[in-house]
Amino acid sequence: MKASVLKVENGDPVATLRGLLRRLLEEKVVDVLLVPKALPSGSGFVQTLIKDPDMVSDVHPLAPTMAVQSGRILSYLTVDEPDARIGAVIKSCEVRAVIELAKFLQTKLDNLVTIGVDCMGTFEVEDYAAAVEEKGDGDALVDGLLKGAQTGRVEVPDGIELRTACGMCENPVPINADITIGLFGHYSKQEIEIIVGDRMERDVQERGILDLSAEASEKRDQVIAQLIEERTKKRDEIFGAFREKVSDLQGLMNTFSTCVRCHNCMVACPICYCKECVFRTPTFEHQSDQFLRWADRKGGIQMPTDTMIFHLTRLAHMVTSCIGCGLCDSACPSGLPVATLFRTVGHGVQAMFDYVPGRDPEETPPVATFREDELQMESGAKD
Amino acid sequence: MAEFEPRIVAFLCHWCTYTGADLAGTTRQQYPPNIRVVHLMCSGAVDTIYVLKALIDGADGVLIGGCHPNDCHYQTGNYKARRRVAILKKILSQLGYDEDRIWLRWISASEGKLFAETVTHMVEELKQKGPNPIKSMWTV
Repeated sequence: MKASVLKVENGDPVATLRGLLRRLLEEKVVDVLLVPKALPSGSGFVQTLIKDPDMVSDVHPLAPTMAVQSGRILSYLTVDEPDARIGAVIKSCEVRAVIELAKFLQTKLDNLVTIGVDCMGTFEVEDYAAAVEEKGDGDALVDGLLKGAQTGRVEVPDGIELRTACGMCENPVPINADITIGLFGHYSKQEIEIIVGDRMERDVQERGILDLSAEASEKRDQVIAQLIEERTKKRDEIFGAFREKVSDLQGLMNTFSTCVRCHNCMVACPICYCKECVFRTPTFEHQSDQFLRWADRKGGIQMPTDTMIFHLTRLAHMVTSCIGCGLCDSACPSGLPVATLFRTVGHGVQAMFDYVPGRDPEETPPVATFREDELQMESGAKD
Repeated sequence: MAEFEPRIVAFLCHWCTYTGADLAGTTRQQYPPNIRVVHLMCSGAVDTIYVLKALIDGADGVLIGGCHPNDCHYQTGNYKARRRVAILKKILSQLGYDEDRIWLRWISASEGKLFAETVTHMVEELKQKGPNPIKSMWTV
């Protein structure tokens, strides 16, 4: 792992990064680039697959929103092993999603170059659009995040907050990324640290894109440590409040009964890995008789049905690999705390296997392996 | 008022526990009739959704029976079942649900007596616990 300090021209880190990305395309370090690009309206950003280096001119690698999870996009782009090297400018949770999906053989890492961005967090798409509507542009929000990355404390204008999942994210660093855009601890109007992992070192150096002679910055490590500590504290507060509210299944249903069973959380989830979901099969297209029997048995039943089984089954199937990106929250039309449910419950389940999703591409997901001598207490089955 | 009679849905593997249950019958072991058996080829075929469906639709307990470790007819199905059950129990217990309504037990084809004892014991425990609280919830 080697580093380079990129001097920022005209106090514009985004323009400087565009220059770097353009060079990656021009020098064929990557054949195509997946990177957030500003919408013509200026009200938001979308991931864009770019082939023509000229189209890099208005990309925004530091986009403060995450409309979709690139983990899923990169699965589509890499799973059939196309004959092209894909560079992807993605946030830390997206890198972790890529790694989880690679473990499930739904993403291929061979021809993928992950360019991870140090992430202070993101805003809800609609919050960002509203801020642009009010202020004319979103620069103040981006600046707030960049300043936060320098000091470890986010300061954004009143009336707007980070997404809940981002506010409690204790994984702001894109570990395992091939190239890291290092913002933490740096005054990004002057400099950005680019950290290049072993895999891309030769390509980047031989093609003269970066001089990798800098030492990794200590200041960055300090800010990261401080940020992780604060985020972990915040996370534990949110977990505590959720556990208090959801102390039993009635509590869960009190919180989740307004679920409309749209399955948006499942669609938005980068980790939900089943190619065919049981909730979209005839198994859950009940006959009228079934509803009538339920109503008869209990005197009455909430319609539509199957809220509890949906959320509990989704937990059982994929919570071990939940990376906590919170796209389920953003996708929920009823504003339910889906991500908080998954993070809170997932924390306990992942701890049981000492498993951290996205930590190591060599690990096997807990649902895909076993040990012969384990879990006697947890499963209740003694040998 | 009549004593509460728990209803147990049991998912039993073909090669061990189902055959063990059969042996319990042919050797005239006595056990309470509170159990409804679903015959599967392997405990590894039990998806957690089956267990959840049973509990949400009114079972008071779920018994999953498989071959002892190292004895699985398909080599590793019971280990996979063990992981899934451990994950499900961890999820439910964190949501304040009594995970001890779910029993995973290794009972071989020759352990008819153990099968009868297990069911007897489970019925006793569930009687202590009372009805599954999900049964009285109209929002599920």
